[in-house]
Amino acid sequence: MQLVLEKRAERSGTIALVSPLIAVGLTIVTMVILFAILGKNPLLALHAYFIAPLTDGYSLQEIAVKATPLVMIAIGLSLCYLANAWNIGAEGQFLIGAVAGSWIAVRTQGTDAGAWVLPAMLVLAAAAGALYALIPAICKVKFGASEILTSLMLVYVADLFLDYLVRGPWRDPHGFNFPTTAEFDPVATVPLLIEGGRLHLGSIIVLLVVAAAAILLGRTIKGFEIRVVGAAPRAARFGGFKADRLIILTFAISGALAGLAGIIEVAGPIGHLQPGISPGYGFTAIIVAFLGRLNPLGILVAGLFLALTFIGGEQAQIAMKIPLDVTKVFQGILLFYVLACDSLILYRFKLVFPNRQVARGAG
Amino acid sequence: MELVEAIILSVLAASTPLLIAATGELVTERSGVLNLGVEGMMIVGAACGFAGAWLSGSVFIGALFGIVAGVLMSLVFALMALGLAVNQVATGLALTILGVGLSGLIGAGFVGERITPAVHLHIPGATDIPLIGRVLFGEDGFVYVSIALVVGVWWFLYRTRAGLILRACGDNHASAHALGYPVLRIRTFAVMFGGACAGLAGAYLPLAYTPFFVPGMTAGRGWIALALVVFSSWRPGRLVLGAYLFGAVTILQLHAQGWGVGIPSQFMSALPYLATVVVLVLISRERSGGSTAPAALGTVFVPDC
Repeated sequence: MQLVLEKRAERSGTIALVSPLIAVGLTIVTMVILFAILGKNPLLALHAYFIAPLTDGYSLQEIAVKATPLVMIAIGLSLCYLANAWNIGAEGQFLIGAVAGSWIAVRTQGTDAGAWVLPAMLVLAAAAGALYALIPAICKVKFGASEILTSLMLVYVADLFLDYLVRGPWRDPHGFNFPTTAEFDPVATVPLLIEGGRLHLGSIIVLLVVAAAAILLGRTIKGFEIRVVGAAPRAARFGGFKADRLIILTFAISGALAGLAGIIEVAGPIGHLQPGISPGYGFTAIIVAFLGRLNPLGILVAGLFLALTFIGGEQAQIAMKIPLDVTKVFQGILLFYVLACDSLILYRFKLVFPNRQVARGAG
Repeated sequence: MELVEAIILSVLAASTPLLIAATGELVTERSGVLNLGVEGMMIVGAACGFAGAWLSGSVFIGALFGIVAGVLMSLVFALMALGLAVNQVATGLALTILGVGLSGLIGAGFVGERITPAVHLHIPGATDIPLIGRVLFGEDGFVYVSIALVVGVWWFLYRTRAGLILRACGDNHASAHALGYPVLRIRTFAVMFGGACAGLAGAYLPLAYTPFFVPGMTAGRGWIALALVVFSSWRPGRLVLGAYLFGAVTILQLHAQGWGVGIPSQFMSALPYLATVVVLVLISRERSGGSTAPAALGTVFVPDC
């Protein structure tokens, strides 16, 4: 018995729409098996993961808060991936954005700096993220160095740099030697939408980003170029589209968005700079981008779903002592199923039972 | 004298996991498959290797556990990237994300435990020769295996018919298929070999490098191994050189931290990663004329039957 792929005459639109749902379904089935292996009641675990967080207002807000960086980063990554440029260092760009924005917050601490502080932080963070993403992009375009490896290496560098700052020059002198800056001043903090709640201005910004990306991809020539360069490089060359320039552009945009997400996270829910500000947002955003089929609206939905798994994972850990790593396994398996189901859009899967005679005749 | 010997020994120890993992990936890539999941296979190999050694009390069994874990991970990749013709870059990333989660899950019960690390060879007389004695005759088994592995791979790729066929699959899968070679089966074996090596390289870390398991202990070594394959221009000889150079950079920064050079330790720790970026740029620029990469590297192949 053998699995054979047969190319479809044209890509299947129906499957393109339902494939993420099939993938989620298959992942949940796999998780049930994994929970059973771990000796946990699968139904209770699924409830803790996917239902419980949806039943109280605090968790719902928390999901939106967690989805904010995921969606923002994933939108940028989707532009890269559409243009066939592989930025996988968003985690590093996120950290550098957080560091750059925090610089203003740290320098203006305790002064009577006005309302310009937060906007300046956001702008600087986006610029720093973009510049940091331009390193692998330029290495790729100018020297042909694999952007996959260089962008990833820079994640470790950014992580160490942040670690140095909060243990060294930026450490809060009254922080009992903890590696953290002092709490940011109110003017350097992302305002909350509801007093006493968790939702903050970042959630509005991310919606604007989604809308902007939808317009860019659906309504502009640049968006068309990005899609053509990725899908049909030869056609793009004949059309006179410069693939190199698009690599630079998409890396810069995705770096800027990742940097922006970084400072919003630090100046928002966290409130100060410290190590471990990201539970792997930059990597989870890769899953979000693919689960959302590299489409802005799809990414919004996918980001909310992945955020749900983060919150659900925390609740499952507290309620049922399910290790947090299960969430990572869940996310990894989900990406596998998403990719496998995507293959269904282009190919038909057929099980072939080799017939001896045919094999001899053909071989 | 003693210091020089100690440095050489520590460079060898730091280089060995890179060399083993990169050798496996080199074979995989020579067959035309880009498996970016080396880091994921390594970290699962580390967790399973430690679990195996702790449960059985034997480093050898632990290493076998690591290898098997690496192969199982690579089979997931093969099913996706070869069986279902999924984009290899995305599949490799997925494998790494999955591996990091799995290793945390498997290793959670073993954090804080210790094992007796791999024994070092001791030949009375030979091992006691100053300077070179311990370097040549006093290593642990992994170091000798890594050397044997590279030599074996070189011999296989350039001196056997099977190696020639494997390289043909990597350079032009359509031609290899037309000649009647089972491209996908050959690539599956190459991916499995890469997985076995990555698993072994991962297992080396808790079994010989440090005698305990820490989550995330591979710390990007799988990615550096991938960069080494590029550095080597897909040739085993240059791979050895590259792996030892990187080991040397790692050890240099550790020693520099120890000597209290006035540079913050984080900057020194960033050196291997920065060196990787610089080397990739230099190497890629050097061959701007034409690439030495296998021509079909990373491309999807679906046989038309």
